[in-house]
Order: sequence, then structure tokens, then C-alpha cells
Amino acid sequence: METLVHNLIASGAFGKNASPHLVAAIVVFIMSAVVFLGVAFPFAGIVSWAERRVWARIQSRVGPNRVGPQGFLQWLADGVKHVCKEDIIPDESDAPLFKMAPYLVMLAFTLPWAVMPFSSSLILADLNVGILYMTSVTALTVVGVLMAGWASNDKWSLIGGIRSAAQIVSYEIPAGLSIFPVVLMTGTLSMQGIIRAQGWAPQHWFLFANPFTFVAANILYISALAEGNRTPFDLPEAESELVAGFATEYSGMRYLFFFMAEWGNLFIIGAIIATLFLGGWQFPHIIKSVVAMNILEAITFNVKVLFLVFVSMWIRATLPRVRIDQLMTLCWKYFVPISFVNMIGTAVWVAIWPDGNSLMRYLMLAAAIALAAVFTQRVIYYLRRSRMEVYFNPTI
Amino acid sequence: MESIHILERVKNKFADRVLEISEKKPDPFVVIDPKSVVEIGKFMNEDPELAMDCLSNETGVDYKDRIEVVYHLFSYSKRHTAVLKVKLPRENPSVETLEGVWKSANWMEREIFDLIGVNFEGHSDMRRILMPEDWIGHPQRKDFVEPAEYHGISTVRESPIIRLDTKKK
Amino acid sequence: MSTLHTEEMTLNMGPQHPSTHGVLRFVVRADGEVMREAIPDVGYLHRSIEKIAEKVGYHGFMPYTDRVDYVCAMFTNQGWGMACEKLAGIEVPHRGEYCRVIAAEFNRIASHLLSVGAMAMDIGAVTPFTHAIREREMINDLIEELCGARLTFNYMRIGGVAWDLPPGWREKALAYLDHFDPILEEYNALISWNKIYIERLANVGVITPAEAINYNLVGPNLRACGIKWDIRKDMPYSVYPEFEFDVPIGDGHWGKLGDSMDRYVVRIREMAESSKILRQALQKIPPGPVLAKVARNFKPPAGECQIRLESGRGDMGWYVVSDGTGYPWRVHVRTGSFAAMGIIQKLSAGLMIADLVTLIASLDVIAPEIDR
Repeated sequence: METLVHNLIASGAFGKNASPHLVAAIVVFIMSAVVFLGVAFPFAGIVSWAERRVWARIQSRVGPNRVGPQGFLQWLADGVKHVCKEDIIPDESDAPLFKMAPYLVMLAFTLPWAVMPFSSSLILADLNVGILYMTSVTALTVVGVLMAGWASNDKWSLIGGIRSAAQIVSYEIPAGLSIFPVVLMTGTLSMQGIIRAQGWAPQHWFLFANPFTFVAANILYISALAEGNRTPFDLPEAESELVAGFATEYSGMRYLFFFMAEWGNLFIIGAIIATLFLGGWQFPHIIKSVVAMNILEAITFNVKVLFLVFVSMWIRATLPRVRIDQLMTLCWKYFVPISFVNMIGTAVWVAIWPDGNSLMRYLMLAAAIALAAVFTQRVIYYLRRSRMEVYFNPTI
Repeated sequence: MESIHILERVKNKFADRVLEISEKKPDPFVVIDPKSVVEIGKFMNEDPELAMDCLSNETGVDYKDRIEVVYHLFSYSKRHTAVLKVKLPRENPSVETLEGVWKSANWMEREIFDLIGVNFEGHSDMRRILMPEDWIGHPQRKDFVEPAEYHGISTVRESPIIRLDTKKK
Repeated sequence: MSTLHTEEMTLNMGPQHPSTHGVLRFVVRADGEVMREAIPDVGYLHRSIEKIAEKVGYHGFMPYTDRVDYVCAMFTNQGWGMACEKLAGIEVPHRGEYCRVIAAEFNRIASHLLSVGAMAMDIGAVTPFTHAIREREMINDLIEELCGARLTFNYMRIGGVAWDLPPGWREKALAYLDHFDPILEEYNALISWNKIYIERLANVGVITPAEAINYNLVGPNLRACGIKWDIRKDMPYSVYPEFEFDVPIGDGHWGKLGDSMDRYVVRIREMAESSKILRQALQKIPPGPVLAKVARNFKPPAGECQIRLESGRGDMGWYVVSDGTGYPWRVHVRTGSFAAMGIIQKLSAGLMIADLVTLIASLDVIAPEIDR
């Protein structure tokens, strides 16, 4: 960043007496706008289309395929439709809070993109408290959801908002505790630091470093799903009970803000897991050119994150919803103790083997490959048993 | 047990309260005194020979000169049925509720109250079930005339169609 | 300040809500998530069908019976037909009875598919619903070939059925059954034994057998409590005695006996049994006429009768009073959903709001049946 600023001033683009701070501010401004408006928001929209297509194939139907090639512009059409809707603000509601709630939730979704490590030099701000920053700003969702639930002046919205707030706050704890093992192993909270501590090969990922991090990765993924109000934890938006939970009274673009935040959160969940456990953008150093390496690394990072996004959509299409008391039981009685055990186990592991144990790494990798092989075999078995012509020709 | 035998057993036990017993046909019935409905119902429920543990159907029928409440009883253990009838006058028809004996009578009696107008004494929740709470009249009576409007909504059609009962001469 | 109630909330699960069970309203008194009482408020779909029967006559009432329970329209058709036939002493030809059974059992499968699919969707799993509807669409296509309609069939007449099976229909129906039986196993693999699903359903809304009988629950709701009672086997009508099939009952395998999981599993197993009946019926169907000769202006002798048949939602009781003219004096349908609604208020104490949805879905309540 600083070199970029110096180069820009030296090249005279901003005049000879430009103050470095001003140039830095402008550069950051433009880059943030590019990342937030050019990457984050369109991603939230595109993933809505992708989710509907993935869902549809799982549900043996086609999904949106009319608007644009393969229905790709469906999200734009939805956005335009929602913008054109009447902006209804209930009479008895608390109007300033009602209007502010979606913006807060969008803020909670937008801010983590500032520390998203796309590649070794493509990161907006390499804070040295990167991962802590990410978890703390995603918790702003609670404020927004509670405001939405209360300001709607609707008992069902209130129930939805309170359920959601309880859920997010509860699952922050296993999520935070599951980040600790990684921090213990690397000694740094910075995103780039954590990625650099891993290697490009799977056995060097933190996922396979020791069994405690494996379990921690799973708990982190599930807790992140719960924080993002995704099925199986989408009680606050349980359609059959609460219509749309805390977002019932919203219409038009305000309503869409809540859901853009939820879809965009998918990327953030994937990014956290990819950074912490899957090696981030690490790619074997085979090309000398910095630009080409950056492109390859960005592609690696995106592939990993998008795979996790796909898994989130897959889970949402398959699993039913968990009830609120079962959700809380799961968090407090199961996840929190297991996360503590993980943390302590990793601390002991790091004390004994500060650089990790290769034997365990290869063992874990072999176990994971075996698991993946069993899974693939089951998938092939079911694909063979089902009648493909039934599922792929919905117009039979 | 055959239906007719069940009814004869009831008649033997409650000789004076059983008013008439129909002849043996596919669905024989027995007409009982309205005041002894609960007693006879309890007997049919608890008697080990009859063991009528289920009130399968309760209907209100509006004949022009009287209102009848018809109870269809059934026994899961003995696999036999019986039909009880109660004849009530058209003004203020009222009979005791059978809710204490068979819980299924709760909603069925509410429906009869709502649509025919029979008041069931002792019912825990005697209010309309299908019609709106502020509806006036009992729609399934034969002399029910639809009100011209309900809360400002007119019930008269703009263009009348041929009414089917003009053919019923 | 004195009117602020802080102990419990009164919520309204209003007539409009995104659930396929129809227009039902519940006034829920809840203490946070746990309900104290859920008071059902029905009547939003009351169309006075029973009074319309007194105006349109015996033959004319047949299409109206479809609307009593539009998911199980064949059974309501059959019920009205059977009631009129019992009043007038008409006998339906053998092939007509077979056609009735075939149409009815297909309808039972379709109704149960909708029920289990909607139940899964209410619990939160969206995929089983579309798979169930896909199968139901194929049944609808078959029935459309048979009688021209996909939902409100009006296929049966007093004295038999309206039209014979079209040529080639038998083979298509058998091919569909060959396709359907393995699909049921796949459906089970998808959702029925899913841990989250079982956790949501087990021990929710437990109904004891004595309660079930006292509240006059019927059909799969009753069988889930362990009572082996099916009108097709125990008070047989039509040609059901000629078929071999089993009556699945609940066994409390995943929770207490008579909980929602039992009701769900009974419905899944009933679909397999219906498939068995259909195969036998389609093999054994005899040739002959399908409709008995019934007069145009049908005037049964004065009298009354009650018939009961096993519809998709249970024992449907038809009580018809005739006065000797061509118009019935009184028609009354007692449906399974009406009785099931009566028990909800009692079961709701202590359940969570999410469980209320599960309970309604597991009792397979359909609004038009309640209100008629």
C-alpha cells in the first residue's frame, strides 16, 4: 500500500505537493469502493441466482433460466423489482430504527470484505488483528436484527428477532473458541499471517494439522452457518411459522438488504474457513511473474470459498430446521465443551510439537481422502440407482 | 351385537326414557327422552356388553315440526354401531351436552349450535364455530332467510340466475 | 400501564400463512416460545355445502362432494355414491367397484404424498416437497386421462363410475407403480430417517389410544396410536375383501407411541400398501359395465342411512336423510380433520410454537374438510 502511494506521488499523478495522507485516503477510498460495490454487492446478488439454480437441481426442477443466459440476470431483475416496490413503513413502527436496521445488517456484511485475503497482495487492509476484526464486525448483525424485530411493532417479528439475536450471540462462542486453535498454532491474528503459516499442499493445511483443528474447523463451519441464519438454523426466518421472522414487515429494497446480507455472508463464512483451515490462497510457486502468481492465488482462494458456498447451499436444500431449544442445547451443551477441549488439546499439541507433526498430518490427510472416497462411492451408487431420465427431464 | 339388539338392550334398561324404537332396517335407531341423554350415553359408554367408546357422528336435522339430534355411536372393541335420536321442539331446542362422556362431542355440538341452533347445556365452550361470531340466525334451518347484507356487504346478486327450486314443483 | 400484560403474549397465527393446510387460524397464548394454549378458529372456508345438497339434488351434488376435501376427492365422491346406493338399494357392477377402488387408491397415494411433502416443508426441508409433488404430478396425469380433471374429479356417479378405464391406461398405471415403489425408499432415505427430522417429530403431540378414541380421531392419526383399525379391513365395503394388504400401525419406535413421527411413518407405509392394492386391482379387474342403471330423476325411498369409508384422512362418515323426493332432506359429512382439530387445543399446552406447526402437519388437517 505505502509503496503504491509513493509510486503514485512520484509519478506526479496528483501534483507535486500532494500530501501522502490525502493520496492514501483517496486510494483507499477508491479501492474500498471497488471491493465493496464491485465485488461484495454483486456477489450477494449473484449467489442468490446460484443458490436458486443449485436448489432447483437438488429438488429435481430447473430453477430460473429465462432472464439472460441460463437465467444469470435473474438477480438483477429481482433487484430492479424490489426497488420498484412500494416502501411500506408500518404506521405504529419506530420509523428511524425501522429504516436503520437493514443498513446495520448490510454494514455487518460489508465491513469484513476489508480484510478478505484474495491473494498475497490483493487485500484491502492487512490488519494485524484481521480475524478478530472479522468476527467482531459480523456480530453487528445482532444489533440490526434486534432493531428490525423491535421496530416492526409486530409480535411475530419480535419473536423472530429475539430468536435470531439469541442464536447469533450463542454461536459466537463456539466460533470464537474454534478460531483459537489456529491462532495458537500461528501466533498471529492477521489473515495473511495465518495463510502464510500454511502451505499449498493439503497436508500443510491447518485442517489436517491435528485432530483438534479438524474438529474445530467443523464446529466453526456449523457455528458460522448458525450465525448467518442459514438452514438448519434458519428459525428466525422460518417460513411456515413466522412468514419471514424479523423481516416480515419489510418490503422492497429494505427486505432485500436482509437477504443480500445473508447471501453475502456465505462468502464470508467460506472465506473464514478457507483462510484459517484450508490454506487460503496458497499456490505452488511455479511462475516467476508476480501478477500471474497473484491471479493464480486469487483463483485458488475463490475456488475454495465458492466450494464452501456450494456446500452451504447444499446443506440448506437438504436438511430440515432445528427447533430453538434444540439449537441452544446443541450450542451450549455440545459445541462449547468440545471447543474448549479443542483449544486445550491444541495448546498441548503446540507445546509438544511446535512445528506440527508430519505423521499426524499425513494420517489425517489419508483419513480425509478415505472419507472422500467413501462419499464419492455413495454418490455414484445413488446416481446409478436413481432413474436419471426422471430427474433430468422434469417435463416427462 | 346387531344394532337392533343393542337398542333393545337400551330399551330394557331405560324402559320409560326410551320413547320409540324403529323397526329392523339397515340403520335402526332409538328415540330417547332429551332429559336422559347423558345417563343413557354414559350407560352405553361404560356397559361392558355395549362398550360404545366412540361418538362417531352427531348431526342436527331440522324437520319442519321438530329438530332432531342424531348420535351415531360406535365401539372399537366390539365392532358394533348404534343410533340414538333425540326429538326437540323448534323453539329453544335444548339438550344436555355429551361432552363429559365423549370429548368428540365438543366440536360437533358447537357445529350443531352454530348451524341449527340447539343449545347444549353444560357445554364448556358454546359459541359459533363455522359462522362468524356476530352472525344472526342459524343457517341450516329450513326457514333460514339470508340477511340482505352483512357488515355492509350485500348478499343479493346483481343478476339473478335461474334458481333450481323453481323446477321443484 | 395497568393493561400491559407481561406474563404471556397473545399471538395470532392468522388465516393467511405460508402453509398448505389451508385457511386455519390459531389464537396462541404463549409465554415466550412455549405455548399455554392454541385455540383454533375455523370457518374461513365454510361454503355451506351440506345445505347446497338440499337444493341441487342427488346427481347434482356429486361435483360438490369434490370440494369437501379436494385432496381426496375420489373418496368423497365414493362416499356420496355409496350413501345414495344404500338408500335406494342399488348395486354397483363389479367392474365399477374395481374402477372405484383403483381411482380411490391412486388418490390415497396422491393425498399422502402431499401430506408428507408438506409436513417436511413445514419442518424446514424444502426438497422432499418437490420430490413428492413430482410423483403426485404423475398420478395427476394418470387420473387426468381417466376422468379429465386433476384435482376435483367428479369421476364417480351414483351406481358406479362415469367412464371406463381408457385403453392403455392399465399398462401406464402398472408402469407408474413400478416406478413409484423404489421412489418411496429414496424418499425415506432423503428425509424420513434424518436425525434432525426425527428430533423435531419424536415425542411431539403424543396421543394415547384412549384419548384418540374418545376424541374420535380416525385414519392414520388413530393407527399411529397403535390401534389396528381400518374400515377397509374391519367394516369392508366395495371390493376390498378381495385384496390382500396390511394395515400399518405406529409402534413408538422413535419416541412415545402416538407421537408425530408415528403418524408420519404410518402415512409412508400406507402408500406402499396402496400400491399393493393397486397392483392386485389392476391385475384382477373383470370386464363388464361400470355404471348401474339409475334413473335420471333419482328418488330414493324415504329413510336415512349412514355409511363410513376409509378416506385419505380417515373414516369419513356420510349421513343422508331422504324424504322420498329428488332432493335430499339432510346431508352431513363427518370428516377426519374435524375431529383432529378438536384435539389440538388440548395437545397444545406446553408445546413450543414450532411444535404447533409440526402437530398440525402431522395430523394432516385440511381446511375444506373442517369447514365444508
